[in-house]
Amino acid sequence: MLNIKPTAVAQAPKKRLSWNNPEVRAIVYQVLAVALVVGAGWYLVHNTLHNLSVRNINTGFDFLTREAGFAIGEGMISFTPADTYQRAITVGVLNTLRVALLGILFATILGTIIGIARLSKNWLVRTVCSVYVEVMRNIPLLLQLFFWYVILIETMPGPRRAYHPMPGVFVSNRGIQMPTVHGDGLTWLLVGLALAVVLCLVLRRWARRRQEQTGQVFALGRVAIALLLLTPTLAWWLSGAQLSLDVPELKGFNFAGGMTLTPEFAALLFGLVIYTSAFIAEVVRSGIQSVHRGQWEAAGALGIKNSLVLRLVVLPQALRVIIPPMTSQYLNITKNSSLAVAIGYPDLVSVINTTLNQTGQAIEGILMIMAAYLTVSLSISVFMNWYNKRIALVER
Amino acid sequence: MKFLKLAAVGAALIAASTVAQAGATFDSVKKKGFVQCGTNTGLAGFGAPDSKGVWSGLDIDMCKAFAAAMFGDPTKFKVTPLTAQQRFTALQSGEVDVLVRNTTQTMTRDTSLGLIGVAVNFYDSQGIMVRKDSGIKSAKELNGATICVQPGTTTELNLADWFRANKLSFKPVVIEKLDEVVGAFVAGRCDAYTTDKSGLASSRSSQAKPELYEILPENFSKEPLGPLVRQGDEQWLNLVRWSFNAMVEAEEYGITQKNLDDMLKSTNPNVQRILGVTPGMGKNLGVDEKWAYNIIKAVGNYGESFERNIGKNTPLRLERGLNEQWTKGGIMYAWPIR
Repeated sequence: MLNIKPTAVAQAPKKRLSWNNPEVRAIVYQVLAVALVVGAGWYLVHNTLHNLSVRNINTGFDFLTREAGFAIGEGMISFTPADTYQRAITVGVLNTLRVALLGILFATILGTIIGIARLSKNWLVRTVCSVYVEVMRNIPLLLQLFFWYVILIETMPGPRRAYHPMPGVFVSNRGIQMPTVHGDGLTWLLVGLALAVVLCLVLRRWARRRQEQTGQVFALGRVAIALLLLTPTLAWWLSGAQLSLDVPELKGFNFAGGMTLTPEFAALLFGLVIYTSAFIAEVVRSGIQSVHRGQWEAAGALGIKNSLVLRLVVLPQALRVIIPPMTSQYLNITKNSSLAVAIGYPDLVSVINTTLNQTGQAIEGILMIMAAYLTVSLSISVFMNWYNKRIALVER
Repeated sequence: MKFLKLAAVGAALIAASTVAQAGATFDSVKKKGFVQCGTNTGLAGFGAPDSKGVWSGLDIDMCKAFAAAMFGDPTKFKVTPLTAQQRFTALQSGEVDVLVRNTTQTMTRDTSLGLIGVAVNFYDSQGIMVRKDSGIKSAKELNGATICVQPGTTTELNLADWFRANKLSFKPVVIEKLDEVVGAFVAGRCDAYTTDKSGLASSRSSQAKPELYEILPENFSKEPLGPLVRQGDEQWLNLVRWSFNAMVEAEEYGITQKNLDDMLKSTNPNVQRILGVTPGMGKNLGVDEKWAYNIIKAVGNYGESFERNIGKNTPLRLERGLNEQWTKGGIMYAWPIR
């Protein structure tokens, strides 16, 4: 046992409550800083509430349960003017999420392809992609949205003279009409699909283990495609093959039945995807170039073909560089989707703008917009940070 | 010591910010020397700039009238163009002194926004416009139609109400900027475009081929349009209200921009009171006795302002209709200046 006397501690100078004591000073500074921040916040809230009441302006969130009275052009849940403001805002949130998530998905795919193609050895491919990136990321998004919207509504024919490229599909200035599938068979189809996905995951695990042990490669891709196609079909066929198509039809002014991709939604999605994919392409390119040439050459020396080198050697290393700036791009898509107001897509901002104008409760409305975007953005951040940690280089 | 100073500044800020605002508008307008007028971003005939950036219209004439009454000079006003969504916040926050932006007077706006409607300078109703070649003759044929509309207006609510009441369905396309929403209608994105009938006439008049569009006969709603002010300054409210009444009453008694100086010699006691020949009215209002004289000299009486901006000989070609004097079958009925 070691025998150390705590003399050093005992003999330390006694702490005094003096301005000359740095610890005391630090505490005082911190208390003051916190007091200042809290005080400023309190002052702002108090002052706002006071001024609102002096000016006879209503405050509070009571309006949420009142009847909205306005209609919304499109949404993922049904909405009529008899519904409440609460439901209207929910429709807006869902519309924002829909365009943001689809935007993230397509922008990632398109951006990755273009980013990789920018490094192609083919002069034409490389140049076309460079031009795409430089043009698209240097035109303000709002202008691009107007451009796509005007293209969609000015150049497309009216509903009576809609393009009819294949049965059940109509393209007009009212949007793109597509048939939808419904019936009991649909449920079984989805069950079959879920089953196929699970099977693929199990198979992948098994294949990986077998490869580690025996070195034999299993042709997972082909088997997976077959599984994904066959299992749902089988499930649907076994359930009695009940499936009906809801085909859009011209009725009066508009198409009835099927589903509609409105010009507002299409223009917004197009704009967001094209604009952001240019940035993502650059992120991907820089990520790939950050991987040392030696990695390519080493993999090549082992006889691995180029596409596999990219997938198995380069991209996993590049991802570490790619993910943080990619997160920013995802957040940008989400926030930029609020430009929907300009072209009439009923997103969160558009719906709340209408709400706050009808009720006059601007501060509550703006607070709700900020809270919603903050929640969505933080969720994306948390997810991407988790993913980033997972793929980060583990140093020993 | 720094902290003490900071704390003192903070306390002073809190104290200063909660000073009551009541009665401040009239004085602050007088002090700064001009009226800050919230107007439309550009609605031909009501409030729109010409190619040189000079604003004119029925609503702009109101702004000129306030400036003339207050300062004896109709040029002492400044325009703040506001969208439908910005307008109330701009007035509430004091960014503008008065809102003359073809705004509908409603109970909710009077009771929950801290604002108050002052007068009605245009009796309107909401209508709907379609392309002539669609062959539609009545709004009841519009079941299932796509309809362009601006957000944050009573229009949006009336549209939904009317279709609900008639058990018809529609799809709205909601775009904030006037140019964009009209553009979407003209491009064929919508089957119809709805707003106040005066607004429809105005938008139609600014198209290359106005004859292609037809305004349907239905009225969706009553739309009494007029100026609003903030609550809490009755002196300012009075100036706005009586400037308007002076214009209407001047028309009733036949006082025009042209015969104004002859009218000074009129023996009609009503005319003498309006024009300040018999003093008292201006003093009570807190302005010059010739306030109404200055208004009429600047913009004419209500009828003259109407004809010059939106009447039969303008591109809007609007009839007086409801906005005719009460003595001639309309409902323009000025409160007496006495």
